[in-house]
Amino acid sequence: MCLAIPGKIVSLVPDEPHLGVVEVTGVRRRVDLGLLVEDMPKIGDWVLIHVGFAMSRISEQDATEQMQLLTMLGEGEAAMNEVRGYGLEERGDFRTGEKHRLGTGKTPTVQ
Amino acid sequence: MRFVDEFRDPGLITKAVEEIHRLVQPGRHYRIMEVCGGHTHAIYRFGLKDILPEDIELIHGPGCPVCVLPMGRIDDGLALAQKNGAIFAAFGDMMRVPGTHGSPFEHKARGTDVRIVYSPADALQIARKNPERHVIFFAIGFETTAPSTALTLMCAKREAIRNFSIFCNHVTIVPAIRAILDSPDMRLDAFIGPGHVSTVIGCRPYEWIARAEGKPVVTSGFEPLDLLQSIVMLLRQLRAGEARVENQYKRVVPWEGNRAALKAMAEVFELRPHFEWRGLGFISQSALRIRKEYADWDSEQRFDVPETRVADPKAAQCGEVLKGVLKPAQCKLFGKECTPEHPIGALMVSSEGSCAAYYNYEYRKTASLVTEISSVA
Repeated sequence: MCLAIPGKIVSLVPDEPHLGVVEVTGVRRRVDLGLLVEDMPKIGDWVLIHVGFAMSRISEQDATEQMQLLTMLGEGEAAMNEVRGYGLEERGDFRTGEKHRLGTGKTPTVQ
Repeated sequence: MRFVDEFRDPGLITKAVEEIHRLVQPGRHYRIMEVCGGHTHAIYRFGLKDILPEDIELIHGPGCPVCVLPMGRIDDGLALAQKNGAIFAAFGDMMRVPGTHGSPFEHKARGTDVRIVYSPADALQIARKNPERHVIFFAIGFETTAPSTALTLMCAKREAIRNFSIFCNHVTIVPAIRAILDSPDMRLDAFIGPGHVSTVIGCRPYEWIARAEGKPVVTSGFEPLDLLQSIVMLLRQLRAGEARVENQYKRVVPWEGNRAALKAMAEVFELRPHFEWRGLGFISQSALRIRKEYADWDSEQRFDVPETRVADPKAAQCGEVLKGVLKPAQCKLFGKECTPEHPIGALMVSSEGSCAAYYNYEYRKTASLVTEISSVA
């Protein structure tokens, strides 16, 4: 559980400024940005996520490398299960809602 | 043996390995502890031992939060949930960890409402959705995880969610390192400092290890190249007779840590006078408890805690393995009574524990090789 998951901020949640929507390998979930209040990430920034909270900002290259690392460690699937398991959204909120437009840059994928 | 070209940047890996071989002084044996369970996992997974000189011995430290949690705490958490008809929410890592009367999963089979969550915020969400039920979040982890629990508690207080409390088992890494260094049978030369714990606490808290104990510390990333570069940095210091704290993982770890995270922790938690660690015993000021201001959200202040104490199994030699006095396979129970499927000792319970990592990556490999050879014969 020391390992962190890289994600890209794709939107911020209106009226809840400490929440952001991240995308990890095509999966979108709400995460808490409260630990980054001193250096709040913007849409398009990459962050490392741990237990549903963004814990640090990283570069896009670091994000790609971190996802490759998780895959190499055999933890890629567990990481995706964790992200899928984050339960902050209301039912159907992001899963059945309209597709968000992807920002620039590619999302790292789990092989 | 793994081939270096399986890794990214094989050229850089080869260079780092060559540099390590060059820096090793003939006749000198190096004992380097990697503190973090994530590093232990990575070292075994990548077979780094196979490409390091024999004179570098990696000792696996206490940085696996599931492994160091005493069984009595699991018993207490489950007992509270059961007695008060509460929902017991915990990370998936906890679910198979045995308590005296079974793991959380086994308690679930017997009727306790046990739920896996991936975030403390999800446990709070369960409380929001089930206002008629009480939800106990069984919090574990080092400083990497404690700030998320703190923010969740602050949110519960802000929203006045009364049917939610936290059974806090958060621990702090530095006192555990101190306990290991204070142990008389301990011989260590240097430390690979934890990666993600340091994103929160920064590098300063390790400075006493360098200053007072004369041991170099390098906080490290998790990739093979990160770990090898960290070993190069440690060997350079040892060769020059220096002891400093250096940061190899600058791309993620700020020297001063994360101020917002430290502030949240200080708001919600205070140090316990002492706390028991599996394999290491009681260590003073090594764990966090919830401040009085948040008493309504503290399972321990809200309910009667049985305060179960379960002695570590006598035959298991977890403490010796943790301090690097014994290798995992030298424990009498290793691979016999104690396996990842049926863990007896602390270090076998999580994939980040050194015994489980050794079992999964070294022991199984050897065992399957033996089977292959005997089937050919």
